[in-house]
Amino acid sequence: MGLFNNSIKSKGSLFARNGLIITCLLLFAAATIFPIYFMIISSFGDPVEAGAMSYSIIPSKISFESYKFFFNFSAHSWDWLKNSFIVAACITVSNVFFATLAGYAFAKMKFRGKGILFAILLGSMMIPTQVTQVPLYILIVNIFELQNTYTALIMPSIVTVYNIFLVKQFMSSIPVEIIEAAKIEGCSQPKIFWYIIMPLSKTVMAVLAILTFMAAWNDFFWPFLVTNTMDMQTIQVGLKNFRFANTTYFAPMMAGATISAVPMFILFFSLQKYFLEGVAVGAVKG
Amino acid sequence: MNQMLTKRKKLKLESDSGWGYAFIAVALIAFSLFTAYPVINAFIISLQEYRPLGSTYVGLENFVNSFSDELFWKALKNTLVYTLLTVPFNILLSFLVAILIMPFKKRTQTIFKAVYYLPAVASGVSLAVVWLWIFDPLKSGIANQVVGFFGISNQNWLGSSATAMFSLVLMSWLSSHGTAIIIYLAALLSIDNSYYEAADIDGATFLQKLRFIVIPFLKPTTLFLLVTGAIGSFQVFQNAYLMTGGGPDHATTMVGLLIFNNAFTYFEFGEAAAQSLLLAAVIALISFVQFKILGKDIEY
Repeated sequence: MGLFNNSIKSKGSLFARNGLIITCLLLFAAATIFPIYFMIISSFGDPVEAGAMSYSIIPSKISFESYKFFFNFSAHSWDWLKNSFIVAACITVSNVFFATLAGYAFAKMKFRGKGILFAILLGSMMIPTQVTQVPLYILIVNIFELQNTYTALIMPSIVTVYNIFLVKQFMSSIPVEIIEAAKIEGCSQPKIFWYIIMPLSKTVMAVLAILTFMAAWNDFFWPFLVTNTMDMQTIQVGLKNFRFANTTYFAPMMAGATISAVPMFILFFSLQKYFLEGVAVGAVKG
Repeated sequence: MNQMLTKRKKLKLESDSGWGYAFIAVALIAFSLFTAYPVINAFIISLQEYRPLGSTYVGLENFVNSFSDELFWKALKNTLVYTLLTVPFNILLSFLVAILIMPFKKRTQTIFKAVYYLPAVASGVSLAVVWLWIFDPLKSGIANQVVGFFGISNQNWLGSSATAMFSLVLMSWLSSHGTAIIIYLAALLSIDNSYYEAADIDGATFLQKLRFIVIPFLKPTTLFLLVTGAIGSFQVFQNAYLMTGGGPDHATTMVGLLIFNNAFTYFEFGEAAAQSLLLAAVIALISFVQFKILGKDIEY
């Protein structure tokens, strides 16, 4: 039965084996979450200069001074959070809608050139981001002159190939008969999509929403390139400013890092199932 | 009658195809504008001395320059070293953890999966900030406290060319295995129990089951993780940029960072485009080799 031998006779040796495994797993887990633990714990320290403090891994007291310090440090701390929310929300909504639409078309509809178009899309996932980064920057900043706008932050990510691929994978398991039956009843494609496909695809749409929001929220590179004033930056870019402008205040820096991570942690713990499910979609055959 | 039917069929297909194009329209426009056009443009820019007002055509000069640039080769070597040190190790580690999680109940599995995945949820910037402090060169820095415990003297982790690369590698070892663990676990759980039962009847040991059932079954997953891991690692930019800036003495300058610097620090767009195409070629070559060596007996 199973990979592990469950017929170990004595309870003692079974207990010893599982105990050993659990210990290994826990040690590894501790090493994995240590940076995050350290970040949160240190953010509750006093905002004194780093050279003067000795930081320990067990908090002696909890103070919110460093959080105050963080928000008072820059006039735009709240703007960074607001911008991140606006950008990530727009990218998420447009991706969920347009990727689901395109994924459905590629999975279940017949039209000329479908195979080639999808192959081109898939192939493009192999192209490193470095290839497109310079021309894309030139396009957005020099040609469209959109530097420092929400449009520049949102547009290039309104629908990504990976998401289309994810939806297509998921939808190939929806039986064609449902769609055919609807067609025979005289249902048009937009109606089929809205009343049949979307309700059946709630899971993949949720997964898509979460993964897209996470990627957009955590993105550093693109917002860093196309923003040039503090008030248009996202939290990730703002955080970098903070660190390089002020390397000596340790606890407020950790407070900033915690603030940028907390919305994602809350999302993760409330929607854990979708996060963990989403990771394996498309990667495992069967 | 027959003619009418084919006509109707044709009509139906046509109406379907109209909607098909409508459904992919936005995706297609976005793709053409933000992926296809930039890729084509990358080729054009790579042959130019790019200036916002009037570029000049310089042929293959940017490529030639890159090939004769010592720093380009060093960056390529650094990236290769980083990839070889992180990708196989991370995959092996993820495999071991996934195997070790197997004997437990689903609830326990989920808890561990969540814990290991947590660093992937936090942003790269906030993790970089934390790791900068773990690698603080002062005696009070966490990394120095740990090695001090083993009697090793104070290290300037990110500031010395002897340890900078290792510090980045260590950071990767401890923070980027969550995804691989989840993928491996999903693949492990999809192995049919009857294989193990048959092996049990033959009296197979745990290691034999691992060797003859698990490893062959997980080969496609391993290949997937290797290829995507190598592709990702070859584009690594953020950690090197935020943690070391490529220093000291270019010990941690990765190709991704070099291209970024050429483009956005020195505004050598032509050279950056040429190097990005060379990077794409290297990545394609590596993926191809991985498929050739490992993908021989995999059926898709």
